[in-house]
Amino acid sequence: MHPLLLAMDWVFLIEKAVLILIIISVSLLIAMYETYAERKVAAFMQDRRGPNRAGPFGLLQPLADGMKLFMKEEIIPNSSSRFLFVLGPGLAMLTAMMTSAVVPWSSHFHLFGRDVDLQIADVNIGILYIFGVVSMGVYGIMIGGWASNNKFSLLAAIRGASQIISYELAMGLSIIALLMITGTLSLGQIVHQQMEGHYYVLLQPLGFLIFLICAFAECNRTPFDLSEAENELNFGYHQEYSSMKLGFYLFAEYINMFISSAVMSTLYFGGYDIPFVNDAALGASIGQNPLAALQFLSLFIKIAIFIFFFMWVRWTIPRFRYDQLMNLGWKVLIPLALINMVATGFIVLLKANHWHF
Amino acid sequence: MGITQVLFWFLSILAILGAILVVISKNPVHSVLWLIVVFVAISGHYILLDAQFLAIVNLIVYAGAIMVLFLFVFMLMNLNAETEPQKNRWLKIAGVVAGGSLLLVLVAALKQADLKTKIAEMNRGDIGLIHNLGLTLFQDYVVPFEISSVLFLSAMVGVVVIGKKE
Repeated sequence: MHPLLLAMDWVFLIEKAVLILIIISVSLLIAMYETYAERKVAAFMQDRRGPNRAGPFGLLQPLADGMKLFMKEEIIPNSSSRFLFVLGPGLAMLTAMMTSAVVPWSSHFHLFGRDVDLQIADVNIGILYIFGVVSMGVYGIMIGGWASNNKFSLLAAIRGASQIISYELAMGLSIIALLMITGTLSLGQIVHQQMEGHYYVLLQPLGFLIFLICAFAECNRTPFDLSEAENELNFGYHQEYSSMKLGFYLFAEYINMFISSAVMSTLYFGGYDIPFVNDAALGASIGQNPLAALQFLSLFIKIAIFIFFFMWVRWTIPRFRYDQLMNLGWKVLIPLALINMVATGFIVLLKANHWHF
Repeated sequence: MGITQVLFWFLSILAILGAILVVISKNPVHSVLWLIVVFVAISGHYILLDAQFLAIVNLIVYAGAIMVLFLFVFMLMNLNAETEPQKNRWLKIAGVVAGGSLLLVLVAALKQADLKTKIAEMNRGDIGLIHNLGLTLFQDYVVPFEISSVLFLSAMVGVVVIGKKE
């Protein structure tokens, strides 16, 4: 290979490696403070104080929790298959992290004479990549539940997996309607289209609603947290887990919540676009780097609103029964998504035909 | 050796190793997990061939959906090496003969194929990109595509009918 080409490659690799490192650390940090926020929101909803002992306002509580989990005894059941038992939480964490690769976190920074995009990979199948990784996420639950060699864990794992598969269908169908409008699967381009036109939530309100409900189900959050229904299944698929292996499962849920909030903001709420402001004009007056920082902030505010919504629902709505869950998925959401898809296709075709039949 | 070649060898070895382990694993659940590894490796090959759409659909459909159903069945059937009944000797011989004939057919087909001139389009092909694939499917192959979708629909209806029968 040409020496110059080799040198270019290295800078690129280092840039991406640093970016991956930053995004993973940020996701972990956010997931940590999501646990804190969850308890604070729960306390607020139930008229309590919530964690307030460790540090000012209890801000060090996540650190204390993490420390506690690390200190706990590591138990691997005798009759479990040892390798798979350890692999389960690892897979759950890995797939939760991998989805962040295609989300555009902001436009580009201009550093050291280079434009640094805040997106790890702008592949032209962005959304499908997320679906692919999410569909692999089922294995974290299934392997963990099966390897524990415990009937309750196995039942919970199968419940969880069938729930995730069922809701993936409706989610995919609701995305198809959005893709008919965008004409692209790249998340970067979808954000660009929204910066110039409307947010897609205005064009696809039903699609967004279906996507939101399915995102709740995919994250195993209440009202869809049947795989950890403690009054029916003791504790769920992670019953045999202790120490940080349990922590990984719990943590993966919070990372999933963070990433799905980011995906929803990106697909339907303009991503890093600053609302009611012409970003290009703002960038011309204050420069590219401050603009990119502001856009990053804007995306994070949108994500924070979604995360709050996740928690709000968790502490307000009770859990579904299993048959209700399946009825909602197969008999309500999928037909609705199909109708939405056909109607969108009809309107898109009509518009392409200049509103003539 | 460029990064593409390193990846190619890595994925090939992973795929072949996984495929061998699918066959020789005692525990059916382990077999399914190795099969998933094979699918992931093959998706990696698709990406090397610049067929990103095929790669991700392979992951979603085969590794993500079909293998989960396999896992469901195996986990619920509780298949263990001890409880598995001893197979009939004639069945084993029949299996060897069937496998051997398949190997023969494959080797014959590979010998016939013109391998020297057909080099994989590493990083160059574009048929697997979603835009080109969509155009091909809906322009050149629209009739077979629609017929196969009707076939899938009928299969789904059939499953529902069988499932409803008490």
